[in-house]
Amino acid sequence: MRTLIKGGHVIDVKSNINECLDILIEDGKIVEIGKDVEFVNGDIIYAEGKYVLPGLVDAHCHLRDPGQEYKEDIETGTRSAAKGGFTSIACMPNTEPVIDNQAIVKYITSKAKQEGIVNVYPIGAISKGQKGEELSEIGELKFAGAVAISDDGKPLRNSALMKKALLYSSMFDITVISHCEDLELVDEGTMNEGYTSTVLGLKGIPAAAEEIMVSRELILAEYTKIPVHIAHVSTELSVDLIRHAKSRGVNVTCETCPHYFTLTEEACEGFNTLAKVNPPLRTQKDVEAIIEGLKDGTIDIIATDHAPHHQDEKNVEFAIAANGMVGFETALPLSITYLVKPGHITMEQLVEKMCVNPSKILGLNKGSLEIGSSADLTIIDIDEEYVVDINQFSSKSKNSPFDGFKVQGAVYYTIVNGNVVVREKVLL
Amino acid sequence: MILKSKDLLGLKELTAEEIEYILNTAKTMKLIVTSKNKKTPHLQGKSIITLFYENSTRTRLSFELAAKYMSASSANVSASSSSVAKGETLIDTGKTIDMMGSDVVIIRHPMSGAPHLLAKNIEASVINAGDGMNEHPTQALLDMLTIIDKKGSLEGLKIAIIGDIYHSRVARSNIWGMTKLGAQVCVAGPSTLLPPDLEKTGVKVFSTVQEALIDADVVMGLRIQLERQKKGLFPSIREYSRFFGLDKKRLKLAKDDALIMHPGPVNRGVELSSGVIDSERSLINEQVQNGVAVRMALLYILTRRDSVENIN
Repeated sequence: MRTLIKGGHVIDVKSNINECLDILIEDGKIVEIGKDVEFVNGDIIYAEGKYVLPGLVDAHCHLRDPGQEYKEDIETGTRSAAKGGFTSIACMPNTEPVIDNQAIVKYITSKAKQEGIVNVYPIGAISKGQKGEELSEIGELKFAGAVAISDDGKPLRNSALMKKALLYSSMFDITVISHCEDLELVDEGTMNEGYTSTVLGLKGIPAAAEEIMVSRELILAEYTKIPVHIAHVSTELSVDLIRHAKSRGVNVTCETCPHYFTLTEEACEGFNTLAKVNPPLRTQKDVEAIIEGLKDGTIDIIATDHAPHHQDEKNVEFAIAANGMVGFETALPLSITYLVKPGHITMEQLVEKMCVNPSKILGLNKGSLEIGSSADLTIIDIDEEYVVDINQFSSKSKNSPFDGFKVQGAVYYTIVNGNVVVREKVLL
Repeated sequence: MILKSKDLLGLKELTAEEIEYILNTAKTMKLIVTSKNKKTPHLQGKSIITLFYENSTRTRLSFELAAKYMSASSANVSASSSSVAKGETLIDTGKTIDMMGSDVVIIRHPMSGAPHLLAKNIEASVINAGDGMNEHPTQALLDMLTIIDKKGSLEGLKIAIIGDIYHSRVARSNIWGMTKLGAQVCVAGPSTLLPPDLEKTGVKVFSTVQEALIDADVVMGLRIQLERQKKGLFPSIREYSRFFGLDKKRLKLAKDDALIMHPGPVNRGVELSSGVIDSERSLINEQVQNGVAVRMALLYILTRRDSVENIN
């Protein structure tokens, strides 16, 4: 089984390629990259005028499987991911039951092999049941296939337990991802604390709730000399704190999500529950700081935080609406439209943040087009303009505040381990 | 004239002209409230529902009487706020009421934005009778009517609102409405009970009650909820009263003819001293009377939308 991708603009940061080349795939591996590659027999994909990138890697998503399959499951979640150009995704452990033991990890990996169309990597819980009390069996999680640990959705309140989690996980060389939130400061808050929350009469979540926890993790990472990864950074001061820590040599990495560089708290006006997300959408100066952090490399990863919810969980009073938005099918076009097109970052930086870094931080051996690596590729047209239509999403859930947004950047092909799963924009 | 919207969700959404139109209509309605024969046919054949997810005495009673004085059929639905979380959704409840032929649904709800959600999902007009910390527009309209009765207009008046601004839907509605009609609103309260960036709405924010009171034409005290103390927002009722309570001595800072208001129910001796409540300058009872007139005006305006639209 051979496939030739012809004439596309290939970007691979690892092998330092940024030009129009052909790529030959054989038996699920990349076997040749060059000009006018000789080819007999097989599938030819004409990619002239398009970019050929390493398959996108998402370091942060929610597949809701097991337990909340009415929102999403492994089949629909991976189909949605493929449609958005992702070939590898790491799913958070806040399922029911929580991914806090090897049986659940194995359930996910085996179900993903049967029903999934992209590579799925479970993230285990730091604490049993994500309760923040006792460490989960981190070693067993790792050996069962978990690529990181996180209590995402719930912060670890207990600083001592966080320190122990860092120390203990370092034995197994597994990444610790922190969801930073001081719950006492969050209190009953449902959106960013500021002018818009005052005007809407909604209780606010101060930026400080995130920043205090970011500070704690940075201090613990410096103290223990163990790396930490900060999930979904949303505020200006968080970016500054992480930049400062990096300058001190602290081994910290972090991610942000498209909604934090495209939307502000004003999206919540009219009690728009589609804009309710945690951490909450912030202000224009935060959006600018996030973009600055992406530009200067402080922010390593663009993750989706794909968080599907049923419409009945969004079509309710703002205070009780579920947090989060689907992200697989908008992450790439939003990144192109709001970061690449305005000149904030280059296509190579985009590849770093959506392929290379997430793969490196999670230890996946993905995110590259080197000869011999598994043939995970995404072919996109960054100039094609269209309007986001939630009804076209392949996710089970449609909770996106981006419906009707005019964007640029269309996924033409998604290839996973040499198999074409999206062809000419159509999910197979 | 008709209101742009089928609903009255807040004063934030209304123009100055719309607010004046409601207040002028309310002045006419007041003649009915104060007359011996309180029955008019304005709402004959109309169905009015009050849907209250929070306790209320005066607001609910005043809406019910407003509907009855104008010959509407009215009914009440009471739902404890706990049933919101576990029972039927607001939209489902609203649709049920809608299908029974109601023309106006009056809702009070502990969560900000609940009336907006209801309004989007039902045909009937929705009147917000208080939603979370967001708005209580009919209270603000009756407050404004009361001030206009005494002062002629709101233009150029200095109005001091004192107390828990953060949690107060009354304060928010009054800020929107009074500012639109040309008043300068000044607020003061414990800094833990002031919402962030409030000054961006055009309000002057003070940290002492004295600064806010200087030369005020109107002084409005807000109810302080005792449970806020447990959340650590202020240390004690005693200390609150000492620094933010309104008594005769403190009120000397305001203009000599300053009006005293309170949306009720009052914690006597906490927000206002009994001497102030019972003084001639206190308009607390007039506020209640105007409440019925304002609610009659709104029911009248919202139920005649269809006929006005047909004429146009």
